[in-house]
Amino acid sequence: MLKKLLENIGRYFQMIWIVFSKPEKWSVFRKRVFDEIEIIGINSISIVAIMSVFIGAVISLQIASNMDNPLLPSYTVGYITRSTTILEFSPTIISLILAGKVGSNISSEIGTMKITEQIDALEIMGVNSLNYLVLPKIIAAVSFFPVLVIFSMALSLVGGWFALVSSGMGSTEDYIYGIRAFFRSYEVVYALVKTLFFAFIIVSIAAFYGYYTKGGALEVGKASTQAVVVNSITVLIVNLILTQVMLL
Amino acid sequence: MIEVRNVNKSFGGNQILFDINATFEQGKVNLIIGQSGSGKSVLAKSIVGLHVPETGEILFDGRNFLNMTRVEKTEVRKEIGMLFQGSALFDSMTVEENVMFPLKMFTNKTSKEMLDRANFCLERVNLTGKNKLYPAECSGGMQKRIAIARAIAMQPKYLFCDEPNSGLDPKTSIVIDGLIKEITYEYNMTTIVITHDMNSVIEIGDRVLFIHQGKKWWEGDRKSILTTDNQEIIDFVYASNFMKEIRENMQKK
Repeated sequence: MLKKLLENIGRYFQMIWIVFSKPEKWSVFRKRVFDEIEIIGINSISIVAIMSVFIGAVISLQIASNMDNPLLPSYTVGYITRSTTILEFSPTIISLILAGKVGSNISSEIGTMKITEQIDALEIMGVNSLNYLVLPKIIAAVSFFPVLVIFSMALSLVGGWFALVSSGMGSTEDYIYGIRAFFRSYEVVYALVKTLFFAFIIVSIAAFYGYYTKGGALEVGKASTQAVVVNSITVLIVNLILTQVMLL
Repeated sequence: MIEVRNVNKSFGGNQILFDINATFEQGKVNLIIGQSGSGKSVLAKSIVGLHVPETGEILFDGRNFLNMTRVEKTEVRKEIGMLFQGSALFDSMTVEENVMFPLKMFTNKTSKEMLDRANFCLERVNLTGKNKLYPAECSGGMQKRIAIARAIAMQPKYLFCDEPNSGLDPKTSIVIDGLIKEITYEYNMTTIVITHDMNSVIEIGDRVLFIHQGKKWWEGDRKSILTTDNQEIIDFVYASNFMKEIRENMQKK
């Protein structure tokens, strides 16, 4: 098992080396990047929006309902909602959701291309298939995931405000004061740096499992599941490491 | 011309190809035939570089493919067209986009020039007006013809066809065989066809290479394959009772 793990890690880095070679034609590459931004990024906006509004609402309601101590200032709900959202929910939980949605999509797309010989067709034409297929996805994810995360942060805070005010558990003024209280812009930087790492990991690992699929439709399904599992675990491990390095 | 010299290939200690030597001539349809699992597809994939042989040389008009850098191989690959068993069309692209793909990647033609070339190639395979269809909307025979159109878009010097008739009815198979033969002569290409379809052997095989248990077993033309005494070839060509009867009748005459 350890041997297989080491083999996979070695093969993964070999793949990354080939992925980052010079594109065959910049005009084709540019078009591929914009196509992938639409597939990976724009098409994920709705799920990110729904998740963010509801989780933001739940966070603020849970904090408000557990605030029994009168010594706690009234702006605590806004403050904790903001911190939770910026530090953890938007970069990490949204990335985990995207690991499922985007990761399985990439893995099954490339896996299907592999078993139907479309990747062989690219190679025989003289196209560097890894570069052609994977690099635009990585660029698209790395450039658009931060946009999604910022969008998520904003919607989550809006969801929290709406739930708090509509349930009568707090006021708009206190909530906004809490959001602004003790704000450190470094927290946003930390969240976005994490997101960049997660975007790279999600796309490259999913592409790895898709590209090295062998067999038929069943194996494509297995590769897709494996990609999501490995992606999720890797995101959690990298999250821990980055938190240690950047916050402590 | 493509020359294969002393090629050996194995997978995980299991040797598939044993010291293969062969010459595939320009302007001819060269067939590689053999039973399933005999190693013919591995040989073809070794020639085009999808597999790397352990030993040997593969020469494209004297250029040793195995000693080339990735960039040099890319240049040779631009001269290769390949028709895959399952067509291998890009299913996210239309027929027209599939045919234009190699042109977009490797030429500086304008959009109009690329479209003209795609239309010419589609016309050549009798698919005029099918530009906007997606591969999933096309029949198996149409997909093969689109794949041929894509393969010839760059005017290749070498054409590889991996079991071009698999999954096709006899009538469509004859159409595909005819197209392969016509474009080989028309563009003076070196064509290699992997097949176990005896109709193709008789219809289009200028040169035939028989692979058995990973070894080159026999080489000749399509006429001599019917009269050879080689037992393995007899077992392969006259496998069905119907063909056995034909052979007996031929011998009686």
